[in-house]
Amino acid sequence: MRRSALLLGICAVVLIAVPLVIRNEFYINLASQILIYALLAVSVNLLLGYGGMVSLGHASFLGLSAYATTLFLLWGAGQFWAAVGAVIFSTLCGALFGVLALRASGIGFLMITLALGQIVWGIAYRANTLTDGDNGLRFPARPQPFGIDINSASSFYWFTLIVFAVALFFIWRVTRSPFGAALQGARDQPRRMRMLGHNVWMIQWLAFVLASFWGSVAGLLYVYYNLFISPHAISLQQSAEVLLMAILGGASTLTGPVVGAVIITLVKNLVSSYVDRWNTLLGAIFVIVILFMPFGIVPGVRQLWARWRPAKKIGGAP
Amino acid sequence: MQFWIIQTLNSIAFGGLLFLLSSGFSLAFGLMRIPNLAHGGFFMLGAYFGATITYFGGNFWVAVLGAGLGVGLIGILFERLILRRLAGNVQGQVLVTLGVSFIIADLCLLIWTGDPWTVPAPAELRPPIRLGGFAFPTFRLVVLGIALVVAVALYLLMDRTRLGAMIRAGVDDMEMARGVGIPVSLLFTIVFALGAVLAGLGGTLGAPMLNAYPGLDTDMLPLALIVVILGGAGSLLGAFVGSFVVGFLYNFGIALFPDLAYFILFLPMVLVLVFMPQGLFGRVQT
Repeated sequence: MRRSALLLGICAVVLIAVPLVIRNEFYINLASQILIYALLAVSVNLLLGYGGMVSLGHASFLGLSAYATTLFLLWGAGQFWAAVGAVIFSTLCGALFGVLALRASGIGFLMITLALGQIVWGIAYRANTLTDGDNGLRFPARPQPFGIDINSASSFYWFTLIVFAVALFFIWRVTRSPFGAALQGARDQPRRMRMLGHNVWMIQWLAFVLASFWGSVAGLLYVYYNLFISPHAISLQQSAEVLLMAILGGASTLTGPVVGAVIITLVKNLVSSYVDRWNTLLGAIFVIVILFMPFGIVPGVRQLWARWRPAKKIGGAP
Repeated sequence: MQFWIIQTLNSIAFGGLLFLLSSGFSLAFGLMRIPNLAHGGFFMLGAYFGATITYFGGNFWVAVLGAGLGVGLIGILFERLILRRLAGNVQGQVLVTLGVSFIIADLCLLIWTGDPWTVPAPAELRPPIRLGGFAFPTFRLVVLGIALVVAVALYLLMDRTRLGAMIRAGVDDMEMARGVGIPVSLLFTIVFALGAVLAGLGGTLGAPMLNAYPGLDTDMLPLALIVVILGGAGSLLGAFVGSFVVGFLYNFGIALFPDLAYFILFLPMVLVLVFMPQGLFGRVQT
């Protein structure tokens, strides 16, 4: 327990120090991007890893809240109420989508979330009068939470980090709570859970709503960061990328999706600056990870660690 | 009046095209229990193959056949080399088909660039048919005719042949089918390849109406998904009815309420899901 507290402390110090050590604005912005995607990946993992539900429409919550807050601002709302209203709107959409998607389980769930995601994308793309179609919408200006200016790269990074830390703590608490245990029970043994008197549907629906809530928060951060939202941000590819982050890092763990987000975002930025073929690489990573690393990096490393440690103890004994 | 008649005809023709797209998709889904998310990519590949063959002077019907065979070959390789390795891991299989769909889309962009490729309809089918004062586009009627022929052929295949009986047995109860000695894994390859061939044919047949362009795959895949959700996975009749329902909704939706076309398409899917989760004619619980 003390060791993990120490580890957490080190991680926190490193994360806070990022803008102080890396002076280059490009890399600080990259770090903010990673945090935003990590939040999205952690939220989808609530469904994927803990609930066993593969959602292919998670980017739509990012889009719904990003579009909603932009539109609310353009219609004359203040920054605070635009943000709150957008998250409420997007989470309500999540509640509705959850009702629809949970009519089915397994592959049916996946297909319905895919169709819903494509419909949100289609509305963003086609409803020109509202969303200006493919051109997207410009977000007027970043808010000033409590009067603090977050326009510089490092202050925006810290703002994102605070939101991310709150979200991660919240999701960690949820996964450790009785609700989290029930969610995992519903994933592994839905019939037994029903026998024990749990409302499996309600548990999974609440998880869906929670995931859409944090996805919506990630959407706010996304639009604050880019000051722009277009249908591109909520395409199927985006939903799949987020899912891949969770699977690559390790869906059965809390930190796996974060590791996945770091790797995918870095590779994407690195590759995009040299060649145009990111999508091919994304597809190839997808196929390779699923064929050869179905459990992801974090569980894999943990396994290696567990294997290495007893070996060392035996070797060290006289 | 003219508007309604032309739109109705367009809807029916588009429904025929959707049947070519979604019938194989639905059969493979029913048998293998996975939606092939690269199916839109197969359709787009078919359109590009056809465009390339006609570009180099090939006959349109040669292009249709070539596209069908080419995409069918890709389907067989994909099923044998990748999907087969993940047998039993349904979730992994679906995600792999998604990964492959990205690779297909990106390679198409690399090879055929971002500009749309047009495929001219065969010269003999270009002049419209005149009937009772209205001009009907001949090519669309021919596409509809081909779709109907394919529908009858598939029905006969499924209902009257030994192969069809084995496929139906696999869809209904795979364990039992294996138990009585039906080579289910061979059926997987056959049905998957059949779906790929039909998607390839459909891609080229649709190209004179839709063109071949980047994004054709993600435009068509949701339509196939909705057809299957409406009609029920593994049901030929479901795919047939679903295709024409979606064809009408899509065409009239775009013509009358362009901003809400996706919404109108989506509404019947929601109703079916809420009241009949297995689809209208479904055999398999998805």
